[in-house]
Amino acid sequence: MDKVWVLAEQSAGSPSAIALELLSKARDLAQQVEAITYGAGGQLAAATLGEYGATKVFDAGDLGDSLPGPKLAAAIAALAASEGAPGAILVGMTYDGRDVAARLSARLDRPLLTNVVGLAKEDDSLVTEHAIFGATKVLKARFTGEGPGIFVVRAKSFAAEPSSSGVPETAALDLPDAGATDAAKVKGRHAEEREGPALDEAPVVVSGGRGLGSAENYALIEELAKLLKGAAGASRAIVDAGWVPYSHQVGQTGKTVKPTVYIACGISGATQHMVGMKGAKNIVAINKDQDAPIFSIADLGVVGDVHKVLPKLIEAVKSRS
Amino acid sequence: MNVAVCVKQIPDPAGELSLTPDSHTLVREGKLMMDDSDAYGVEMALQLVEAAGGGDVVLMSMAPNGETSGLRTALAMGAERAVLVSDPALAGSDALGTAKVLAAVVKRVEPDLVLAATESTDGYTGTMPVQLAELLGWPSVSFAKQVSVAGGAVNVRRQTEAGYDEVTCPLPAVVTVTAGVVEPRYPSFKGIMAARSKSVEQLSVSDLGIEGSQVGATGARQEVVSVQQADERQAGEIVVDEGDAHERILAFLEQVKVL
Ligand SMILES: Cc1cc2nc3c(=O)[nH]c(=O)nc-3n(C[C@H](O)[C@H](O)[C@H](O)COP(=O)(O)OP(=O)(O)OC[C@H]3O[C@@H](n4cnc5c(N)ncnc54)[C@H](O)[C@@H]3O)c2cc1C
Ligand SMILES: Nc1ncnc2c1ncn2[C@@H]1O[C@H](COP(=O)(O)O)[C@@H](O)[C@H]1O
Repeated sequence: MDKVWVLAEQSAGSPSAIALELLSKARDLAQQVEAITYGAGGQLAAATLGEYGATKVFDAGDLGDSLPGPKLAAAIAALAASEGAPGAILVGMTYDGRDVAARLSARLDRPLLTNVVGLAKEDDSLVTEHAIFGATKVLKARFTGEGPGIFVVRAKSFAAEPSSSGVPETAALDLPDAGATDAAKVKGRHAEEREGPALDEAPVVVSGGRGLGSAENYALIEELAKLLKGAAGASRAIVDAGWVPYSHQVGQTGKTVKPTVYIACGISGATQHMVGMKGAKNIVAINKDQDAPIFSIADLGVVGDVHKVLPKLIEAVKSRS
Repeated sequence: MNVAVCVKQIPDPAGELSLTPDSHTLVREGKLMMDDSDAYGVEMALQLVEAAGGGDVVLMSMAPNGETSGLRTALAMGAERAVLVSDPALAGSDALGTAKVLAAVVKRVEPDLVLAATESTDGYTGTMPVQLAELLGWPSVSFAKQVSVAGGAVNVRRQTEAGYDEVTCPLPAVVTVTAGVVEPRYPSFKGIMAARSKSVEQLSVSDLGIEGSQVGATGARQEVVSVQQADERQAGEIVVDEGDAHERILAFLEQVKVL
């Protein structure tokens, strides 16, 4: 395989963590690694993308009020036609990444390999790994069709490692008219406030589940997270219940986290939750039910009541500093 | 306004899931049920049609063996009718193959809006609905947390990495809804009785004018190389709180040097 493309999301010039993970992996797969980026700040992001292995950066620029899917899929399809298609296109399993990959798949008539957590080259074809059945099994698959294969990869599947390569060449990526498919327009953007590190980058994640009993008790999770310089996470049960915003959700339909320590409080340990936090170096669980599945993967399991243990733990951490 | 809702029928997720030994695809024998994730789309559709003052909610599903039990659940919630595509040629279809089939169904049903879930419980590729939109040449809005329709456009609050976007999109369009977008109703006894006599139109791949090679395992263009046991984490120490467990946790945090 001579060429791999990576869809590199960025914001204000900083590439997303997954963009750097994908570039790092792409270097194992092909000689030539090129990034496709978009949004205000693409030029600025190019330097970092180069550090992680992109020899060329195609920048589509600011998309205005368009959603990324239609325009980028049209642009990438056109680029494949003019520059020659790469052997593989790597896309992050993110909100926008999924939309771009889905539209590109339909345009190019190529299937998608989604939920990829591992990628390796075997006899010039790519073999993907997928975690199935709550990550108890690993399924390996091979794309057998005509290239390019489109691979939609979950965050934290690969380590982001800079390479020594130089400044990448940059080129403007033309955005063709995507017609009616581009008719959805963003009228306003709202950011939820966050203090401390991002959930998927924090060294410590303290997460709460239904065992907290009420939305108010989530304050205990936030306080402990803050004291430990970490981020506060949640199970889907309490996100769906409206206790905390979706951005806190850890698991199959939420974020994948790999902190040094993950502290699960009042979380049962459903497979869909564990998929998102199993990769933590250390796991602590507090649950009043000694048979809770979360204990099967905890390095330290405390059978106890979160309402009793958490306040004492918070006091103990406070008095320590 | 007419709304078509994708309803995936899946094996009971609480049951033991397994793969067929030869093709390593999910075993889908026996009774299937409606994917819970699709209950949100069905409820949303019922509410939108009611708010619009009339129209039909039509269900679309692709499933093996003429399976209708999941569709009956959604019909019992109040949908008008269902279209089911069932054909042996569809076994092993991937998301793109499914999108090709459902695109052909959309062309027959001609809805103003198609709703689907952001991702299915068993496949969770989360891409089928947007592939469907692209095949139809329609716009789409994924990850809806809130949906309303006014003046020939759908207004969506779309989940983003940072928070949410307000998106407006002219109809026809495809929208995928997240869990929690609305509270799905439970089918009433009357609804369950009524569902029994509602129409489920059954179509084959050739009825839709689709070539067999476009769908099924051939269309999917991928093969399973192996299925292995993942490295399992071992359970560590378990302590029962006697009023001092916080000290044990503190010591653990110090040991792993986050304190
Ligand atoms: C398609 C799909 C995708 C999903 N994706 C996700 C996902 O991304 N993330 C996710 O988290 N879930 C996901 N789920 C949901 C998942 O299956 C579980 O329903 C959810 O994780 C349960 O959340 P919970 O552990 O907070 O609640 P529960 O399962 O209700 O567990 C609560 C726990 O709290 C304990 N408890 C109660 N009171 C106390 C107390 N006072 N002190 C200590 N412990 C107490 C109980 O013993 C129990 O173990 C998904 C489900 C589906 C079908
Ligand atoms: N076979 C199917 N029949 C009906 N709807 C489907 C089917 N497959 C996928 N969908 C819809 O598309 C959504 C996303 O599916 P997936 O791409 O499998 O995650 C599902 O939640 C359904 O709403």
